[in-house]
Amino acid sequence: MKEMRILSPCGLLGYGFPDASFNKGLERNPDVIAVDAGSTDAGPQKLGAGVGIVSRQATKKDLLPILTAGQERNIPVIIGSAGGAGARTHVEWSMDVVEEIVRERGFSFETAVIYADVDRDYLHQKLDENRIEPLGPVPDLTHAAIDDAVRVVGQMGSEPIIDALDHGAQLIVAGRAYDPAPFAALPIRSGFDPGLALHLGKILECGALCAEPGTTKDAILGYLRDDHFIVEALNDSRKCYTTSVAAHTLYEKGHPYILHGPGIELDLSECTFEQQTEGTVKVSRSRVRATEKYAIKLEGSSQVAFRTIVIAGVRDPILIENIDEITRGVVSQIRDDYREVPQSDYEILFHIYGKNAVMGRLEPDGKPGHEIGVLMEVVASTQELANAVCATARSTMLHYPYAGRKSTAGNLAFPYSPSDIQCGPVYKFTVYHLVEVEDPCELFRTEYRKLG
Amino acid sequence: MSKEVRLYDLAKVLRSKNAGPFELTLDIIFDDQESYETVKRSNVINRDLVCRLYRVRPEEVYHVVSFDAARAIKITIRRPVDSGGIGDTDVYGAQQHAPLIDVMIPVGG
Repeated sequence: MKEMRILSPCGLLGYGFPDASFNKGLERNPDVIAVDAGSTDAGPQKLGAGVGIVSRQATKKDLLPILTAGQERNIPVIIGSAGGAGARTHVEWSMDVVEEIVRERGFSFETAVIYADVDRDYLHQKLDENRIEPLGPVPDLTHAAIDDAVRVVGQMGSEPIIDALDHGAQLIVAGRAYDPAPFAALPIRSGFDPGLALHLGKILECGALCAEPGTTKDAILGYLRDDHFIVEALNDSRKCYTTSVAAHTLYEKGHPYILHGPGIELDLSECTFEQQTEGTVKVSRSRVRATEKYAIKLEGSSQVAFRTIVIAGVRDPILIENIDEITRGVVSQIRDDYREVPQSDYEILFHIYGKNAVMGRLEPDGKPGHEIGVLMEVVASTQELANAVCATARSTMLHYPYAGRKSTAGNLAFPYSPSDIQCGPVYKFTVYHLVEVEDPCELFRTEYRKLG
Repeated sequence: MSKEVRLYDLAKVLRSKNAGPFELTLDIIFDDQESYETVKRSNVINRDLVCRLYRVRPEEVYHVVSFDAARAIKITIRRPVDSGGIGDTDVYGAQQHAPLIDVMIPVGG
């Protein structure tokens, strides 16, 4: 029986994992250590501003045991969506941490760095050729949107990673990648069933989230075999159950059993989940189809505004009762105060925690608590305007008169001074499209480096 | 006598999450076959309900689909505001399941 063992230390590089779980995974003699470092979940700001989801310190802490194990055991280490959003700046940020560890520890790695940034000229050309289409509810791509985006990345499939393995890379630091790809690349290259490999990758990429109790901050191991795979939690306090593994299969996906990826469609409709031993689950009959045309997801983020916020608490019952009327009054007062500024240049938003801040207009309850949190947000065309409007709105609300007011000295309890927090640029995913490619690797540039 | 039970009490997992920045997906997962079958057969979880609870148009409800192998029902809708966009209240979409909590499911007969 053929078998390949894939160790996933955690759900996101930098989230952390217990040494004991990781070491137990190593005792199982894994053939590869793979880890996902990214997501679009943290919003468009990560790609737009070129910043990470986790700190450098946390990334280094996680990378040290991973690189040590890769070096000592001479097994491949594969990092996907490096630095979070997986653009060049994120990949370089990750490589800086890798190089620091290599220097400090005297390691040596044949390394492949795969960049996922997409050239604007390429996009303009593909758009003219009608080979770019929206992915979900987004407008058609325009040349202006391509030019406005701070940066655009393509989401690679397994192919560029397999190519890097073919070139002898032991350490692969990949930019934006389909989450399962770093886990599936080595097995697919070794001839394992791609449907099983990708389904296993989909489960492993979140770390121990497929176990119970689920968490992204713990290690998980996959055993891939000819006609099934097995998932094993590595922490004694967690177990994989058929329900938890099956539940994870549909996690953060639009459809429960048809999952789309670069050039592929996973069909899990016939899948079976069986309890293998207490805590391990066997999965069979995961199928994959190659799509008629090979399409790669593009992600691009543009700067659309600047934001300043204030956080305050309200405890007075009459004030709480009248909060909606008061916030409306504050907005109209500000519109009047700033009548020389076009109204479209700024927006004032109130998030009333304790009432409906989480669900907004979809809140089915909406009955406020005994105290409420007021998050006042101003988004504007410039930072200066956002700061100015926010400061005026804050003082207006602090002293805003309302019917039946008893707490006449002030309406807001600020937890901090200064009360106003400048948040900087606001971004938006303006590119979220599929581009049809001739070659799965054509968007991606691989550099080979000998580290150490 | 038939009675009604809250979906929140029948389900093992009731959660919401982004499925990409423009879609919100809601998972209702059961740990026993009977609860799953009861909810599935009741047909209470349908497109009309989703439109009403989430104030979306029928064409903005992309899927209401069950998956027997996972004893799960999945609903995927257009996000009211794209993740991290101006006016968004939940960047990860992780706390948008509340309207489903009090959905009542007829049980017994």
